[in-house]
Amino acid sequence: MSRPFHLSDPVRARQMADAMAILAPPTPIKIVHVCGTHEMAITQHGLRRFLPEKVEILEGPGCPVCVTPTADIDAAVQIAETGAILCTFGDMTRVPGTRLTLEQARSNGCDIRVVLSAAEAANIAKGTDREVVFFAVGFETTTPMTAAVLLDDAPTNFSALVSHKKIPEAMAVLLNLPGTNIHGYLAPGHVSTILGLAPYARQLETFKVPIVVGGFEPLDILYAITLILRQIRDGKGFVENGFPRGVANEGNIAAQILIETVFESTEVQWRGIGAIPESGYRLRDEFAQFDARLRFNIEGETGDEHIPGCRCADVLTARATPADCPLFGERCTPLSPVGPCMVGTEGACSIWFRYGGREIP
Amino acid sequence: MTHYDDRISPLHGAGGEMMGKLLAEHVLPHFASSQVGRINLSAMDDGATIALPTVGELVMTTDSHVVKPIFFPGGDIGKLAAAGTLNDLAVMGARPLALSLAVIIEENFRMIDVDRIVKSFAETLETSDTPLICGDTKVMGRGEIDGIAINTTGLGIADPAIGDAGAKPGDMVITTGSMGDHGMALMASRQEFHLETELVSDVASIWPMIRTILPLGGIHAMKDPTRGGLAAALNEMAGKSQTTIELVHSSIPIRDEVQALSDLLGISPLEVANEGKAILIVDPGVATSMLETLREHPLGRNAAIIGHVGTQYPGRVVVTTDVGGRRFLDMPLGDPVPRIC
Repeated sequence: MSRPFHLSDPVRARQMADAMAILAPPTPIKIVHVCGTHEMAITQHGLRRFLPEKVEILEGPGCPVCVTPTADIDAAVQIAETGAILCTFGDMTRVPGTRLTLEQARSNGCDIRVVLSAAEAANIAKGTDREVVFFAVGFETTTPMTAAVLLDDAPTNFSALVSHKKIPEAMAVLLNLPGTNIHGYLAPGHVSTILGLAPYARQLETFKVPIVVGGFEPLDILYAITLILRQIRDGKGFVENGFPRGVANEGNIAAQILIETVFESTEVQWRGIGAIPESGYRLRDEFAQFDARLRFNIEGETGDEHIPGCRCADVLTARATPADCPLFGERCTPLSPVGPCMVGTEGACSIWFRYGGREIP
Repeated sequence: MTHYDDRISPLHGAGGEMMGKLLAEHVLPHFASSQVGRINLSAMDDGATIALPTVGELVMTTDSHVVKPIFFPGGDIGKLAAAGTLNDLAVMGARPLALSLAVIIEENFRMIDVDRIVKSFAETLETSDTPLICGDTKVMGRGEIDGIAINTTGLGIADPAIGDAGAKPGDMVITTGSMGDHGMALMASRQEFHLETELVSDVASIWPMIRTILPLGGIHAMKDPTRGGLAAALNEMAGKSQTTIELVHSSIPIRDEVQALSDLLGISPLEVANEGKAILIVDPGVATSMLETLREHPLGRNAAIIGHVGTQYPGRVVVTTDVGGRRFLDMPLGDPVPRIC
């Protein structure tokens, strides 16, 4: 029953903590990552205790469920209410829309199915005459899978409600927002396996902020943070691959071609941030027949995202920790979530509530 | 062969001749030796009797079982139903006296599947020398129930009964074996994941193992970590005793294949069900001898001390992680969902 890898080695972790303590400047440092899996790993392994005292690491807009705007949830509900089968990832069913969550829509009689992939949704479509719509959320990790299904002879009763987003563009926007004060980015390992390093450089070069791609094992993460602190000490700010075991510098070209073939960049809404140019995908005209928005006449309305007292918008932009929100753990818990960051299992609030965030000495 | 011989029909639940035939041919033969009191299963009376024990406390428990798939690697709903109730008695420190078996079956359910389920139910009772003394059969129409549901009630005798609220600071926490086997085996066998693994459920009656440690004494609290897994069991134990349970993650036995699947799906092996394990909170003075005794039993070979009871965060469970960090292990919310990316 031995653990297969030594990427949790406590002695090496301690050594890295010592190195970070030497590298870190005396002033407060805020590092932001943009990936629910990173937050999960950091919190589940209790990695914050290895960071120097004035170095903090926060989750920005890294949970695909959390950043999906109300308008897209509303569109999904509207489609489900026509009688179509709406397929979605599990977490999405509980995110509040303007009127209903998908879970509530299901209680009202809508046919909403939880799937694990676009391919599973397409298979459902092959077995029925009814309309089947895949609610396509997620970053560059899930986008190629949606593309692959649409390229692979998708059935005519199948369509996609596309809500895919691009991470590097959001990272750049965050740096321009007032009050974010970000000193470095821990870039997500699995998104980077697809993208490679170039998109980060393109989007973020002008900011001169350290960007280091990190893996997901405890030592991967500590190593990447060490590299960020080294760049900070040296006054540098460039894109660095701290996860060469998993990420090729050029990325996964085949997956990039899939995305390029099916999708084109467009301005999309991010919950908590607003509209960001070129930060999401829409289907190219050649694939318009699979566009659920066209098939079901969905208007581009903006939903109501204001939740009184909820600081999800600040959490998603790394301007607050979950513990800074007055509702956190009081009115807002995973069992009765108020804001989206408590709904998504990869949301910062949900993770902090379940595993303790910074709380445990 | 008529249709009635190989499929369940509404007549099988109607209380008439068809039902008598079902019981006589498919149920009773498996329980020929089921006798405990003056009026037993074979009497087919309105109830059965048990002679009252002279010492100890009677423990009664009931559980309804639905599982998908009905036949899974390492077991089926019959074995699960028997073990589930026997284990609820065992972790109360109770020797099982008798079980009931109430079955609701969907019309058109295959008779050979009924046979398999009843057989494995009977075999599991046999491992714990426990008689079946009464039962009930109902049939519902197609689509009104998903295959089969089983309810079992168990009666046991404990002297005294062991609750799950008795943890005291300084106590040691013991698991009788590896965590997450049942939940992960079921997850792997769900067809939507398209996985092929060697994983099997740990479903088993743990009474034969538990009976070997009861004479040692010193068990302050005991629980079977079924739904919600170790996380749910320990949170309940910490909550009821208002203590802190401090775990060391590297000492929790987890099979490599369970860990691998867990990493793949993003579901913690500590949050999924076990059906053949117990968690014990014991006096530190007996911890070592208890561990040795457990390990002598085939079901307890991988038993381990996984932590201790403290006071820092009353009602919560804290884990020291492999890398040396600390975090809470919280009560799981509901059915675990695989992550998006």
